Amino acid sequence: MKLEALIACFGQMSCVVTQSTSALIIGMLLFLVASGVTLIFGVLNVVNFAHGTLYMLGAYIAYTIYQPTESYALAVLGGALGVGVFGILFERFLISRVYGQDVLMQLLVCYGVVLVMDDVVKIVWGVDFMKMGMPAAFRLPPIRIGGGFVPPFYLFLIGISMVIGLGLWFVITRTRYGKMIRAAAVNPSMVSALGIRTPVLFASVFGLGALLAGAAGALAAPVRALTPGMGFSIVIESFIVTVIGGMGSIGGAFAAALLLGFARSFGSVGFPLFVDGLMFLIMGLVLIFKPAGLFGRPPR
Amino acid sequence: MQKNSLARDLIAAAVALALLLSVPMLTGSKATTNFIIYVSANGLLAMSLNLLVGYTGLVSFGHALFFGAAGAYPFVLLMQNLPLSIPGGIGLTLAFAAVLALLIGAICVRLTEIYFSFLTLAFQMLIYSLMMNMIDYTGGDNGLSGIPRPAFMGVDLTNASTFYAFVCVVFVAAIVVMRVVVMSPFGFTLRLIRDNAQRATFLGINVVRMKLICFVLAGLFGSLGGIIMALFSAGAYPSFAFWTNSGDAIFMIMLGGMNVFVGPILGAVILQILNDFVTHYTSHYGLFLGLLILTIVLGFRRGLLDFLFERRQSSEQSALAAQRKKAQG
Repeated sequence: MKLEALIACFGQMSCVVTQSTSALIIGMLLFLVASGVTLIFGVLNVVNFAHGTLYMLGAYIAYTIYQPTESYALAVLGGALGVGVFGILFERFLISRVYGQDVLMQLLVCYGVVLVMDDVVKIVWGVDFMKMGMPAAFRLPPIRIGGGFVPPFYLFLIGISMVIGLGLWFVITRTRYGKMIRAAAVNPSMVSALGIRTPVLFASVFGLGALLAGAAGALAAPVRALTPGMGFSIVIESFIVTVIGGMGSIGGAFAAALLLGFARSFGSVGFPLFVDGLMFLIMGLVLIFKPAGLFGRPPR
Repeated sequence: MQKNSLARDLIAAAVALALLLSVPMLTGSKATTNFIIYVSANGLLAMSLNLLVGYTGLVSFGHALFFGAAGAYPFVLLMQNLPLSIPGGIGLTLAFAAVLALLIGAICVRLTEIYFSFLTLAFQMLIYSLMMNMIDYTGGDNGLSGIPRPAFMGVDLTNASTFYAFVCVVFVAAIVVMRVVVMSPFGFTLRLIRDNAQRATFLGINVVRMKLICFVLAGLFGSLGGIIMALFSAGAYPSFAFWTNSGDAIFMIMLGGMNVFVGPILGAVILQILNDFVTHYTSHYGLFLGLLILTIVLGFRRGLLDFLFERRQSSEQSALAAQRKKAQG
């Protein structure tokens, strides 16, 4: 325990700024992954335990594109789209076969995919840690905000994830496609009876969720070490986010992801060994007092 | 009826134990006895998990928590640091496992199935990461190696063949206890909860309490499996408590068949054979196992013993129908 360190941190503007930036990065990346999990659960009623694999793939694809082209924009686009396509294939060939079956089958399919993809990554990219390095456009001196120094790339990362989040919110609440998604979450057979092709809709929702995870992985590639199995901890965290925020609620996922981001970031100053425990403590409290999550609807 | 089936189970267990004990005399190969010890440890893990998955309908994805973090690790720590006898160490470890299972179960069993699955997984990962952080106690990534095995009541576990016999007895005894649990009124209550929790509630059954008792029982037997593993590998290692161990246990159940009592043991046997075979040829075990899981789950959709059992049932039914036809004609 270094609670004095935490108190001292709150006394210094620079420390607050640094920790808040890192909290926002953790939170926003987590939100991108968790929003996919919660979207897929809300519509398809499947918990995708393999979502971390998609995040990992996004990072590796981005790395591969970045190496020859040196273009970060291309790398992120390629990572997101590549994983989106992978997600659609994954849904069509594997997950769609276990819709409506018991959790055991869904879980085993996801487990199988995680095992296979971790090994595929090992075969293609090797077992060692890899670093993508900072893109040239962001090799700038850090910006001074309120006494703390913040690398411009961090600000970019936070900004772009916010933009993606807003875009997602716009698609879901303001477009015809979003309406179909929300309707399918409530009653898929009625949506199908109204002439909307639900299998296509389901595949596209899974693809969208995968795209978000791929984008998160690709965006994070310059600041995270790439390693096979890197997706696993983020998938646990994004489950915790969906539980706290409420399954199926994207707004809830946003709030919960930021909450966890701040808990992790400031927690690592005050009680580094108990950071994971803190996440669980928050989750436990939410489950006891509000079992459907902060923004979740009570189960139907 | 109840008494007869108990007697039959006991006879079956005695025969199984006699067979297991005669293995060293028949083959004398170290590989075979080691194989059986592995299967005993993993079989206990899978059998105990099936109390939750197959009999109560609770798909726990974090069961290796009890195998590693509440079984192997505390057992090795206790034996290394306290002057305990082996049964004493086992007893204390099981008590620890029961308390942990009670705490985690009290939170988890209230939740519906999908929440239950990943909450158990999340708890496993929490405790795993705590363990990895407490390097002073758990040895971090290296684990704990070395375990004293003081002789008790004339049983000296440093002797390989004594140790083998000890494992066989513990394993068979644990399976018998599980069988008694499953065939007891309590076991049937669990099945009722699995099939229709609402009806169970209407009948006045405290569903949460029953699930919690089952969770604790499963934790105890999982922990016992971990203890055997710790004694065998003379230490406790992170992979025991890692999440893939939980995934493998679920697959063992699925592979062997969850609706037949000894199905998970068969699953453990098959997986162990595959493990030995595949790791001999390739280092990409995960790739192979993953493809196998996908093939079995999407192709066969049920375990081996479930498949045979269903076939027997359907052939019995068709025979019965034929008989009826004959009687009518």
